[in-house]
Amino acid sequence: MELDLTDEQRMIQAMAREFAETAIRPIAVEIDREARFPHETVKRMGALGLMGIMVPERWGGSGADTVAYVVAVEEIAKACGSHAVIMSVNNSLYCDPLLTYGTDAQRERFLVPVAAGQANGCFALTESQAGSDARNQATLATRDGDSYVLNGKKQFISTGREASFALVFGQTDRAKAHHGISAFVVEKGAPGFGVSKTEDKLGIRASDTAELVFEDCRVPAASRLGEEGMGFTIAMGTIDGGRIGIAAQAVGLAAGAYERAVAYARERKSFGVPIGQHQMVQWMLADMATAIDGARLLTLRAATLKDAGKPFGVAAAMAKLFAAETAMKATTDAIQVHGGYGYIREYEVERYFRDAKITQIYEGTSQIQKLVIAREVLGRTAGRSA
Amino acid sequence: MKILVAIKQVPDTATQVKVGADGKAIDTAGITWIVSPYDEYAVEEALRIKEKRGQGEVVAVSLGPDRVKEAIRSCLAMGCDRAIHLNDPAWNDADTLTTAKALAAVIKQEAPQLVLCGRQAIDDDMGAVTAQLAELLGWPCAYWIMEETVDADGKSVRAARQAEGGLEVFDLPLPAILAAQKGLNEPRYPTLKGIMGAKKKEIKDVKAGDLGLGAEPPQLAVIGLEALPPRPPGRVIQGDVPAAVKELVRALREDAKAI
Repeated sequence: MELDLTDEQRMIQAMAREFAETAIRPIAVEIDREARFPHETVKRMGALGLMGIMVPERWGGSGADTVAYVVAVEEIAKACGSHAVIMSVNNSLYCDPLLTYGTDAQRERFLVPVAAGQANGCFALTESQAGSDARNQATLATRDGDSYVLNGKKQFISTGREASFALVFGQTDRAKAHHGISAFVVEKGAPGFGVSKTEDKLGIRASDTAELVFEDCRVPAASRLGEEGMGFTIAMGTIDGGRIGIAAQAVGLAAGAYERAVAYARERKSFGVPIGQHQMVQWMLADMATAIDGARLLTLRAATLKDAGKPFGVAAAMAKLFAAETAMKATTDAIQVHGGYGYIREYEVERYFRDAKITQIYEGTSQIQKLVIAREVLGRTAGRSA
Repeated sequence: MKILVAIKQVPDTATQVKVGADGKAIDTAGITWIVSPYDEYAVEEALRIKEKRGQGEVVAVSLGPDRVKEAIRSCLAMGCDRAIHLNDPAWNDADTLTTAKALAAVIKQEAPQLVLCGRQAIDDDMGAVTAQLAELLGWPCAYWIMEETVDADGKSVRAARQAEGGLEVFDLPLPAILAAQKGLNEPRYPTLKGIMGAKKKEIKDVKAGDLGLGAEPPQLAVIGLEALPPRPPGRVIQGDVPAAVKELVRALREDAKAI
């Protein structure tokens, strides 16, 4: 098994690390406090090619692979979880399905500007009653001549307010349940498409999480991605890839908090010695180091499988589950190593802790990942709970 | 306009340098290697000149062992068009003059109109190669430059170098050599496209023999390296302020002889 990164992957990692350190880290505290979308740095990430990493150059992207994407997301997340999710949504949840399912005309119009980083895309699947139960779509897309008319509300949409393009899922045929779901690209500014609310969140506060509203919003049939009824398949396939991005974000958050904990353990003294000499602290750091490495390896394996064109859904679920749980545990312990100071905003580890929590929830909760894994372990039918 | 940039691969600025077993070189185990930061200013400036003129070629040149390829590829990822790697065991003990001779030979072959270097490499901080190169070629040279403008015809360059209290401005006929100082520009990050494209660009391997050079004994020999002695601990003067200040002044005058 190949464990070394290629020259290109290493260079991309080094570039992302340097950019994260010099451009993102200095503003991470401020954008979290103000819940401000970091337009300036996101634009620069676009120019560097970080917003369309896996998209071929022909379609505005960088022509790199999923492994390169994973190492880049991790480096960005080490500095700021919000930047990492903005990046992951754009790459995995928007560019990836547009590349996979889009016609050349759709790619030209909807993918090129987003992969090139000139505009952002978002993925609008979740509704108030359709989170883990994503099949339960209430948004309607009614065919009317050469177009569809969309009515409904989408909830908790990352980059929903800032995106110029939204990949929206809705029912074109209610009778067929989730086989009647279709996917559409809707442009910002389309009549009947609005942002009704931006959420005030615990973490990833600089990434906007919005409610999107569609009221008699007319979408040309040419903007339908894939065939009618393919929407759910597109959504699930897309989220499999998205889980690799979120796993990488979780690894980065864990690693960022861990690096701060190690630095603090070297410098802070108690009982006359650096606290890193106390076994209780060593224990926590050793556990963190081991879990982070495990999470990173699982994430790289999922990415490697995807790059090889092999099935990667279960590997992605394992990576996302383990990385998210690791991020939560490592950021909790990083605060513990810092003691009272860790609870204070000035020391930043508390931000990693707040940012980490969402990785256990979005793009499939940890419980949903276990369901996916258990189905594989037991076989589809035996594993079904209801 | 053809521009040649001479770069050196050096240990990362964050490296904890250790003296090697032979006592004459540093221990390179576990070191992360980078392009010397001053050389990055030189690369950036060369790319900007090319972009401003809308045409031209930027060639990166470096002398060193196989690992130097990585630094060369970074320069290609930033946007250099091609590279030359002076890679020969004959240069294993190269001092600055040997390096300058090798570079001068390449420059004679390539015939660029402008050569850019960093003001010094951040490893041994010699800062000698640029001047030696200018001497060997008989070209004009400006060190520590903060600004430059190549004239429209490509016949001369106006360079401003850092001097105490201001900038010293020179007009140099081309071909000429400039050494970049911090502040000349802000080097770009390589884009992903640049990184992905770097492997397709040519890196020409050149041996001493290809340049008509033989093995020469270096003019400079390293006798030995010694680690810096550890810093003695500081002293905290206790007591009330007027007495402590008195003691501080006494200590600065009599013990440290600083005032």
